[in-house]
Amino acid sequence: MNTLTPSQYLPETPPGRHFRAEKFDVGSFFFSGLTGLATLFILAILGVILTNIVLNGWSALSWHFVSTIPKKDFFDAATTGVLPMIVGTTIRVFVMTIFVIPIGVITAIYLTEYAPNTSIITRVIRAAVNNLAGVPSIVFGLFGLGFFIHFIGKNLDTLLHHPSAVWGQPALIWAALTLAIMTLPVVIVATEESLKAIPPGLREASLALGATKLETILRIVLPQALPGILTGGILAVSRAAGEVAPILFTGVAYYMASLPSRLSDQFMDLGYHVFVLSTQSPNIDQTRPLLYATVLVLLILTLALNIVAILIRARVRKKLRSLG
Amino acid sequence: MADISLPKITATATAAAGPSARPLIQIENVSLYYGASQALKTISLPLAEKVVTAFIGPSGCGKSTLLRCLNRMNDLIDNVRIEGSIRIGGHDIYARDVDVIELRKRVGMVFQKSNPFPKSIYENVAYGLRLHGMKKTAALDEAVEKSLQQSALWEEVKDRLHSSALGLSGGQQQRLCIARAIAIRPEIILMDEPASALDPIATARIEELILDLKKDFTIVIVTHNMQQAARISDQTAFFYIGELVEFGPTGRIFTNPTQKRTEDYVTGRFG
Repeated sequence: MNTLTPSQYLPETPPGRHFRAEKFDVGSFFFSGLTGLATLFILAILGVILTNIVLNGWSALSWHFVSTIPKKDFFDAATTGVLPMIVGTTIRVFVMTIFVIPIGVITAIYLTEYAPNTSIITRVIRAAVNNLAGVPSIVFGLFGLGFFIHFIGKNLDTLLHHPSAVWGQPALIWAALTLAIMTLPVVIVATEESLKAIPPGLREASLALGATKLETILRIVLPQALPGILTGGILAVSRAAGEVAPILFTGVAYYMASLPSRLSDQFMDLGYHVFVLSTQSPNIDQTRPLLYATVLVLLILTLALNIVAILIRARVRKKLRSLG
Repeated sequence: MADISLPKITATATAAAGPSARPLIQIENVSLYYGASQALKTISLPLAEKVVTAFIGPSGCGKSTLLRCLNRMNDLIDNVRIEGSIRIGGHDIYARDVDVIELRKRVGMVFQKSNPFPKSIYENVAYGLRLHGMKKTAALDEAVEKSLQQSALWEEVKDRLHSSALGLSGGQQQRLCIARAIAIRPEIILMDEPASALDPIATARIEELILDLKKDFTIVIVTHNMQQAARISDQTAFFYIGELVEFGPTGRIFTNPTQKRTEDYVTGRFG
């Protein structure tokens, strides 16, 4: 074969074109500037909100504040506390997670592994999941009241011959279930994405060794998808921790003298307490530091719940990488 | 064609299996359709026991498709329709009462892209054994060691059986996949271009391994590398656009093919 030099097979460089920028690229400059500004804007808003809350809430935050069960009049800064609200919010998020992860994961497994992709039923389920994500949260609250409390709860009471309403009233379990339904799409979508990301070669390898589809899913696919599933859980927890509307009719209480001890108990909640402090206070100026401190606690709690979930995910990832 | 110098391991390769050997796999008039397009056209092929058969041919000729018919991996694809019959040991593997799990235990597979599970080396080999009910640690240990030795990987990994299989080199990963396949003692091993992603040295090791495995297993290998087919196979089948053009002892296919298309392909004039 003849050897060609680059000058022989490359077209001649047209005169006047070099690899040097001759002109200032106006479009690029403005577009990169614009995207940068937009990012900066969001960061600035976040910064303002956080600074405002921390500066105003820090002074009222104390060990006493987070560890005290308040008296009925919780507008007095000296004696009040938010322990029942922290407990209530934490428990409802945990109970929600227990329900939403298995149901969401199983639905996602059905959709990606078993449902025929082109069938009408699959398309209807997918459309339903997407629409579920777009339903306003207050509607979930009303649904929870109608379905869980009035339908399931009341019937359960009749069935168990309770003389007075035990399950047929707002309760921790119903609030958690309502939140679980609300966050279901997040878990389903995250799980589906992580299932789809598993290399097809791994499934083939397992099937070719004589594994059934179920064995392949349980032994190969799910362990690999676990970090993605946990990401869905993290998103669900973040969304649910701060939500107030879905729990309004389904379980939150204005005031309770003791901590909830059963799933059928009502509970106090940080987000709802913020609403109460800002709308029901007899003395706005006196309550303001309390209000900020409560918001700060809610932020810290949400962050803490997230960190717990992220740590679990990191552990799982590490385990998958090292051994599996 | 480039002449890469590889260890000469062709001594037995060209010695064809005698025609008297009863075929273990009997492919008869097999046609396969993906939806409306036909990928295999009435293919008939007898494959003898404990013999290495190479499927060669240009891309898209149907050789991998036919290979995947033998352990029914094509079942996983929608819209695939198969006509004709494939019998292994006399049993029609597409008969209604066939247990696909049992079939895949008897017909193992090694893929083009090495696909070890993201588990430890030990667990990769033990996977199939555990699936099929082996629970005792001692038995598992023994079977894992035996499989790794047979796939010529034992010496390299015996000190790190419990570290991740993903830390192995490409060639080691592919040998691990072979160990994983032979651990459950199949009768037949299907290999879909097992060395196409490997460097010449790793390829040579895989080829040596294949010649060694021939003692115990019936091997069907799809390859794009014609020297590889010549080096390791006893029988060669040449496919072209879904048709079986020629089938015979490897030596004859490469030195004295009866078909013009075979000759053009093996001499590198097209493909």
